[in-house]
Amino acid sequence: MTTILDVAAVKADFPLLKREVHGRPIVYLDSAATSQKPHQVLDALNRYYEEINANIHRGAYHIAEQATTAVEDSRAALARFVGAPETTEIVFAKNATEAINLVAHSWGRTNLDSGDIVLLSAMEHHANIVPWQQLAAERGVEVRWIPVGDDGHLDFSDLDRLLDGVRLVAVSAASNVLGTLPPIRWIVEAAHAVGALCLVDASQWVPHQPTDVTAWNCDFVVFTGHKMCGPTGVGVLWGRSDLLNAMPPFLGGGSMIRNVTFDGFKPAEVPARFEAGTQPIAEIIGLHAAVKYLEAIGMEAIRDHERDLTAYALQTLSERLGDDLTIHGPNTVEDRGGTLSLAYRDIHPHDLSQVLDQHGVCVRAGHHCAKPLMTILGVNATARASLYLYNDKADVDALVDALVDAGEFFAL
Amino acid sequence: MAGLEDLYREIILDHYRNPRNRGELEVPPAKVAEGFNPLCGDEIQVYLMVTDGMISDIRIGGQGCSISQSSASMMSTAVVGQTPGEAREVLRSFKEMMSIHEHGLDGEASPSDQRPDPSGLGDLEALRGVVKFPVRIKCATLGWNTLDQVLGQVDG
Repeated sequence: MTTILDVAAVKADFPLLKREVHGRPIVYLDSAATSQKPHQVLDALNRYYEEINANIHRGAYHIAEQATTAVEDSRAALARFVGAPETTEIVFAKNATEAINLVAHSWGRTNLDSGDIVLLSAMEHHANIVPWQQLAAERGVEVRWIPVGDDGHLDFSDLDRLLDGVRLVAVSAASNVLGTLPPIRWIVEAAHAVGALCLVDASQWVPHQPTDVTAWNCDFVVFTGHKMCGPTGVGVLWGRSDLLNAMPPFLGGGSMIRNVTFDGFKPAEVPARFEAGTQPIAEIIGLHAAVKYLEAIGMEAIRDHERDLTAYALQTLSERLGDDLTIHGPNTVEDRGGTLSLAYRDIHPHDLSQVLDQHGVCVRAGHHCAKPLMTILGVNATARASLYLYNDKADVDALVDALVDAGEFFAL
Repeated sequence: MAGLEDLYREIILDHYRNPRNRGELEVPPAKVAEGFNPLCGDEIQVYLMVTDGMISDIRIGGQGCSISQSSASMMSTAVVGQTPGEAREVLRSFKEMMSIHEHGLDGEASPSDQRPDPSGLGDLEALRGVVKFPVRIKCATLGWNTLDQVLGQVDG
């Protein structure tokens, strides 16, 4: 039996969730954009600056060694957290976007040429679209799309044809708009069956579910720290060691070299090869604190809590708002996460979020960096409420109350 | 604290519910420009017909939030019948009113707020409250920036 998450205790760990907005307690429902940070993470950031602030992999003095050890401990913790076989397979990047760009530039420019095909899903974030379109524009790589059906699921009916000639499949493990959870292991198998590699954008998965890159059996996984209770400015690329070892550097500069002469340079081993310049040391250490925080609560408990809360949200929203409300994406909790893209009457999402803000309810309005998907949904924008471990039923109730108020405000 | 009523003035909601000059014009003879708000996905088309040195017709297409739609609607009624030069003058006054630097981010009324109609903008004054919601300024100026583009295609 998994442990039950004590949401009141969790909430108390997050200083920001104690504040008020417009005279009301804040109801933070935008964790798909960025999560709030528990004091354990904030304390870790401060502790680094107050006690061991020094550059890493350089000085032989005590605090430099402490800082270096703290960064490498974080790498090891992240490897364990996502089930990576080797700690050296964890590469720190600025965010998931940079991690995908790293793969596109380094692996992509080494391995892909005119006529090669990259297969994406139509529900990708721009971060997992534009780097491949840049490759397409530069060297004639073809980008293909796995379509999204009306039910918010990927439509695999034509997959065999789509996979023909594909070198890389790049898909999200969880949609940042629809909450859809595509069958990653199955997709990886299909990709490998035609000799393609598979990159998984797990930015919306790792914060919410137990992650096992070995079980997925994929080739690259990217995610970002700030959506999993960690600081901004640090993300992670996991790559199979044989792939990483064969890849040239992405950014050039300090720390990523074995030797530099007047004639040229020799790159360092992996992962240093991909970590040019001074790293976000505090943030890497803060991300370790976030991992410890999430592990202490338990990723199964977090997943179960969010699943229960998502079920409550789906039920309450439909009971109280009925046909006035559309929830884009899958309508059962078994195959979706707690990211709810909403359309309420004909109120524009911007206006909706403005009224919700007056209630202290924070939701995201816009295209969520998924404009191709928006065209499939037939909208320019949605209002997106996204749930996380610190949200409770009262937050969902506040969302529904605020939506009712918005309906009255904009009623003809 | 700026309240919703500062943003959603009655005249704004009226233009949102009953947008003026919606539609398209044949291009050519009319000119058209398209504007996007990359942050929220709103898009707008401004069709402009200039006859004998005067804006004889203007149409607004596209979709967006109440602020972007009502602002474009009010814009259309403000500039129709004007010369392109006069329209540019209204455009300049409006963008000045939307300038965050002159108003500050704290929502405090600036001295010019106290005057009844400092810029001669008429109904457009209703949009002044948008400045207290800095995120929405881009919504209010979307149609105007698109008008700026289409005016750029008009000779003289």
